[in-house]
Amino acid sequence: MEIYFDNSATTKCYESVKDVMVQALLCDYGNPSAMHRKGFEAEQLLKKARERFASILRGKAGEIFFTSGGTESNNLAILGAARANRRKGNKLITTSIEHPSVMMVMEQLEQEGFEIVKIPVDRYGILDWERLVKEVDQQTILVSVMQVNNEIGAVEPIEKIGRYLKQEAPASLFHVDAIQSFGKMRIAPKQMGVDLLSISGHKIHGPKGIGVLYVREGVRLLPVLYGGGQQMGLRSGTENVPGIVGMAKAAEEIYERIDEIERNLYELKDYFVDQVGKLPDVIVNGKTGRESAPHIVSVSFLGVRSEVLLHALEEKGIYVSAGSACSSHKSSKSPTLQAIGAKKEQLDSTLRFSFCAENTKEEIEKTMETLKELLPFLRKFQRR
Amino acid sequence: MDRAFLIKYGEIGVKGKNRYLFEDALIKQIQFALKKVEGEFAVRKEQGRIFVEAVSEFDYEGTLDSLKKVFGIVGICPMVSCEYGDYDVLEQHAVLYMQEHYQNRPLTFKVNARRAKKNFPLTSMEINAKIGEKLLQTMDHLKVDVHHPDVLLNIELRERIYFYSETIPGAGGMPIGTNGRATLLLSGGIDSPVAGYMIAKRGVELDAVYFHAPPYTSDRAKQKVVDLARLVSEYAGEIHLTVVNFTDIQMAIYEKCPHDELTIIMRRYMMKIAEDLAKKRNSQALITGESLGQVASQTIQSLFVTNEVCTLPVFRPLIGFDKQEIINISEKINTYETSILPFEDCCTIFVAKHPVTKPNLKAIKRSEQKLEGVIESLYQEAVSTAESILVGSEKIVS
Repeated sequence: MEIYFDNSATTKCYESVKDVMVQALLCDYGNPSAMHRKGFEAEQLLKKARERFASILRGKAGEIFFTSGGTESNNLAILGAARANRRKGNKLITTSIEHPSVMMVMEQLEQEGFEIVKIPVDRYGILDWERLVKEVDQQTILVSVMQVNNEIGAVEPIEKIGRYLKQEAPASLFHVDAIQSFGKMRIAPKQMGVDLLSISGHKIHGPKGIGVLYVREGVRLLPVLYGGGQQMGLRSGTENVPGIVGMAKAAEEIYERIDEIERNLYELKDYFVDQVGKLPDVIVNGKTGRESAPHIVSVSFLGVRSEVLLHALEEKGIYVSAGSACSSHKSSKSPTLQAIGAKKEQLDSTLRFSFCAENTKEEIEKTMETLKELLPFLRKFQRR
Repeated sequence: MDRAFLIKYGEIGVKGKNRYLFEDALIKQIQFALKKVEGEFAVRKEQGRIFVEAVSEFDYEGTLDSLKKVFGIVGICPMVSCEYGDYDVLEQHAVLYMQEHYQNRPLTFKVNARRAKKNFPLTSMEINAKIGEKLLQTMDHLKVDVHHPDVLLNIELRERIYFYSETIPGAGGMPIGTNGRATLLLSGGIDSPVAGYMIAKRGVELDAVYFHAPPYTSDRAKQKVVDLARLVSEYAGEIHLTVVNFTDIQMAIYEKCPHDELTIIMRRYMMKIAEDLAKKRNSQALITGESLGQVASQTIQSLFVTNEVCTLPVFRPLIGFDKQEIINISEKINTYETSILPFEDCCTIFVAKHPVTKPNLKAIKRSEQKLEGVIESLYQEAVSTAESILVGSEKIVS
């Protein structure tokens, strides 16, 4: 049996997504920019996909741009906004627990002369509100905050930040990395005061290599890629039609039953947290229940190295990740766990379990049995 | 483009009556090396020389790259040949060769002719003089220098006439398969692939053993070792790699023995298992990447204690090398980048903060007695469940 609890790293593609992609690859393969009928048909697919995302996000079709994925969406939003608004101010604000595709861009901009402020978080991973209010000023041109943290599932107060910025610093743009939240909850950027919002296809049972950047009407960005001028010149390059229709199909399937999915996920997570909490020497990181994301649980198993437990679970067919999967090829400690003040022994012994709506209670039960079997054994053998 | 190559071999040329064995092994290795290269080739032996000739369109760079990895080759000379003929034919092609290879460059040169066919009307000395004179007349940027020429134009008169002037250094050593078989203890580190390369260079066919410790080491760590074996096999030919699951033995040692002796006892078991596997495959020595004093398990006292379990000779070609010298070779043979990938191997997981550096054999044996009753079945299981992987089979060994 295979139990996949690494849905925040990536997800399995829906069967229906595969079908529309095959159709796009084999039949509607025209270049959307071509003048003939084949091109027109492909362009219609793009238009429909754009409208689909517009309706899910309660925005307009003209506000949807397709990118090569979450990393590009974050890059385009931040680089594009900073470079387009250089004359208005010099200050960029973010948090200390962002994904590298935000953090590294900020660090690059710091090299280019921008002032970067990283707002610290509390022990639950929630940003320090007072500090944010203190830092936002007339020089601030962009605030970038993730909606759901990828490692511990903390949910940031996006609406509150959006409202505050619109009142106190209307010149500042607000970017939200919604890569972990999209498909797990309802998101309406305009109503939340969000100007730019990043989405990734493969986190929602769509294909890899495709994403969305929502750009609120009236917001000007400078492109990062130059070329044939597709997508109003903001993102040149022939559109990835199969990826786009696949991602749109996945989003459609999910948002048709988003309330049910959200409810199921919380039930799974509550059950998991409840069960895992009964094991000895275990710390569940961050908040739980409705105050946290519905699909991510970060657990420290004291006295066991996360890498070892991960591989031991893998031998039993259970797939999870150590901290954040994106950090697995680096041996450095998770910055998110450090930012929430996790103890040193926790940094080395934390696993992330992330669910999708197709996971079941039975899978969690099986996982608990396996953990009960493995933990005492693995704790016996530690580096002394 | 030069379509033929003269293969120069050093050491094997002086092996007396066994010489043909070495030459035949070298020819076989060259043939196998060239199987991977685009093109068809004829490889033949003729009066103390080996010739490789392309008989179809071929990949010149690829041919050279492959030949440079064949042990036993000291030098590779790209050659041009023409039909055997009289002096006029010889002269015409000599001029053509020089014009094609050294046009418009001011150079000094010397001609060095050899007659395998002694019935040619001129002696070697006469050929040298006449061709030299002709070249001076036709190419005014050339000058003669008989002591330190920039270009030494070699002319060989055989069934055909051959011209060559450049020698590309080969890998040296002796052809794989001429010196038996040995078993390499291969980890994911920098040293052991280099050790394997160095012994293979002496004509030894390689087997390898890797100790895997799931869940403490991952699939990626194992794949890294397979990748390293594949890189070494570009020189050493096919490598029979055995992957031994070492977790249970390691756990037993961890539970029963003093912690600071863990590594040394572990290494003794690794050597024992490697020797058992070696004997089963008619391998007559073990190879390790140990370098004296590099880590606690590689002090002279530790080596004495680990060596004690073996009856086969243990080759430690890196014993006197500094780390940087080892790294230099690993960069040369292209294993370095793979070796430094950050996956844990089984030697580092449970390593003590202060392992013994001067273990005492009696004390170690006493500690090992605590394993009695448990270790025997674990040992049997580790050996019998070992997995075999054939690496680099695109190049078959003789």
